[in-house]
Amino acid sequence: MSRDVLVLGIETSCDETGVGIVRGTELLANVISSSMDEHARFGGVVPEVAARAHLEAIEPVLQQALDTAGVTLDELDAIAVTSGPGLSGALMVGVGAAKALAVALGKPFYAVNHLVGHVGADILRTDATRPAGEGDLELPTIALLVSGGHTSLLHVRDLTSDVELLGETIDDAAGEAFDKVARLLGLPYPGGPHIDRVAADGDPTAVRFPRGLTLPKDLERHRYDFSFSGLKTAVARHVEKLRDSGMPVPVPDIAASFREAVADVLTAKAIAACRDLGVPRLLLGGGVAANARVRALAAERCAEAGVALRIPPLSLCTDNGAMIAALAAQLIAAGHGPSALDVSADSTLPVTTVQA
Amino acid sequence: MLLAIDTSAGTAVALVSDDGRMLAERSTPDTRRHAEVIGPFLAEVFDTAALSPSDVTAVAVGIGPGPFTGLRVGIAAARTFALARGVPLLAVPSHDAAALALVESGSVAGRFAIVTDARRREVAVTEYAAALPLPSVLSPASLALRVGWAPEEGVVVHEVHEIPAVPLARVALLRRAAGATPPTPEPLYLRAPDVTLSTPKRVSS
Ligand SMILES: [Zn+2]
Repeated sequence: MSRDVLVLGIETSCDETGVGIVRGTELLANVISSSMDEHARFGGVVPEVAARAHLEAIEPVLQQALDTAGVTLDELDAIAVTSGPGLSGALMVGVGAAKALAVALGKPFYAVNHLVGHVGADILRTDATRPAGEGDLELPTIALLVSGGHTSLLHVRDLTSDVELLGETIDDAAGEAFDKVARLLGLPYPGGPHIDRVAADGDPTAVRFPRGLTLPKDLERHRYDFSFSGLKTAVARHVEKLRDSGMPVPVPDIAASFREAVADVLTAKAIAACRDLGVPRLLLGGGVAANARVRALAAERCAEAGVALRIPPLSLCTDNGAMIAALAAQLIAAGHGPSALDVSADSTLPVTTVQA
Repeated sequence: MLLAIDTSAGTAVALVSDDGRMLAERSTPDTRRHAEVIGPFLAEVFDTAALSPSDVTAVAVGIGPGPFTGLRVGIAAARTFALARGVPLLAVPSHDAAALALVESGSVAGRFAIVTDARRREVAVTEYAAALPLPSVLSPASLALRVGWAPEEGVVVHEVHEIPAVPLARVALLRRAAGATPPTPEPLYLRAPDVTLSTPKRVSS
């Protein structure tokens, strides 16, 4: 291709309606509308509430992305959309919108994988949005993608054709655990930032909470898998015990100890993957990459292990349409043809399927 | 030329001329594959009619009632299609299309009700009086229990499982010709999101 392709990407897999526009690896627009506030009183993402919000937001977000990028729909070379994994009813809004857009404009349609999109986000960084001296994304890399919807460890050898799932959560996503523990501690939704805030004044060694799937017998079968359900229950039990005996609940200490357990297990497994597979690179993605302790511990352990750590800016870490457009642009550059117009929204799309 | 889309029951897509003639039509009663079939159906109606998306002058969309997940697919598609082509979006309550089809075929006279499945042991009901060119709405869509609900005396019930896209487009055309403002293209959900505020349960005994 003689010039970089202009791609519009739509993302509706969870609670953010995102439309991004990229030209090759250049970010032109990244507009996001979140329904987070509507989920606050429920303490977690409610799928039907999220899906309704996507339908309300899709058109204004699309229009705003075009305005920001200063391009017209006719100029686009392709339309991309997240077809999975994610919440089924939420994904379908984006898939329906993207297919209609592609047909209406006579443009090729690319249905891509949300998780691989998180890795693709990194290629949109410019010298201004990465630390001095850090070059372009190098492959292979291990990628740790953590949000309220997913907790996955990937081995990415080629962004468009060779991605392997090493492990994932077998119960709650890490972000979900933050939300649930925040509720237990009487902190607002979303839990991550609030736990981060109060944990800053707490002692992370105050309570030794369990690290899921780290015992030798678990490691045999679940070396790179995660589990946060037991941790959440342990926190609940601890809080109940204190309350039952009329003791005060030291919220900062519990928050810090809980956060430490999550950060510990996430980074330990990611570093283990880097070591085991001889891949000296780790990329963090997903909203939990905003967590101060996860970032600090990842930096510390990567430095010790001689692993280069990359964390895209938060606006590209959380769910967004630009990463979807970026991944599609890479697929086009690598010579991949469009997706069929009859692809479905697949809530469990495997990472090996980069393009549906 | 109108593009008409309805996903309130199965999926129905049609191209209809400005005088209400069917130019191409695709549909399926399948209630689970809206997000899949919407793509090929849209592409195929243009192929069949040998017309281009740039020939579309308005988009008509069924706004339900119907199962939410599928209903949203058609509305999302209609909104972005209209935006992309810069043409008006004409929203139509989906039952109106079924009502017009019955009246035009001479299957009803007097008062009648269109009933569609609303899941959870409920049905969605709209009552009409048969008339041409358009049946008149006596009471807009509302939910009723499937078992135990009965229409008022003299109202004939027609339960339908598909909403045809061609009469949907005709309803939009007739209303536009009459100078009526179409409803906003929002889904007729008729039901709040099903969420309950759970309080965290005790984990220790
Ligand atoms: Zn995500």
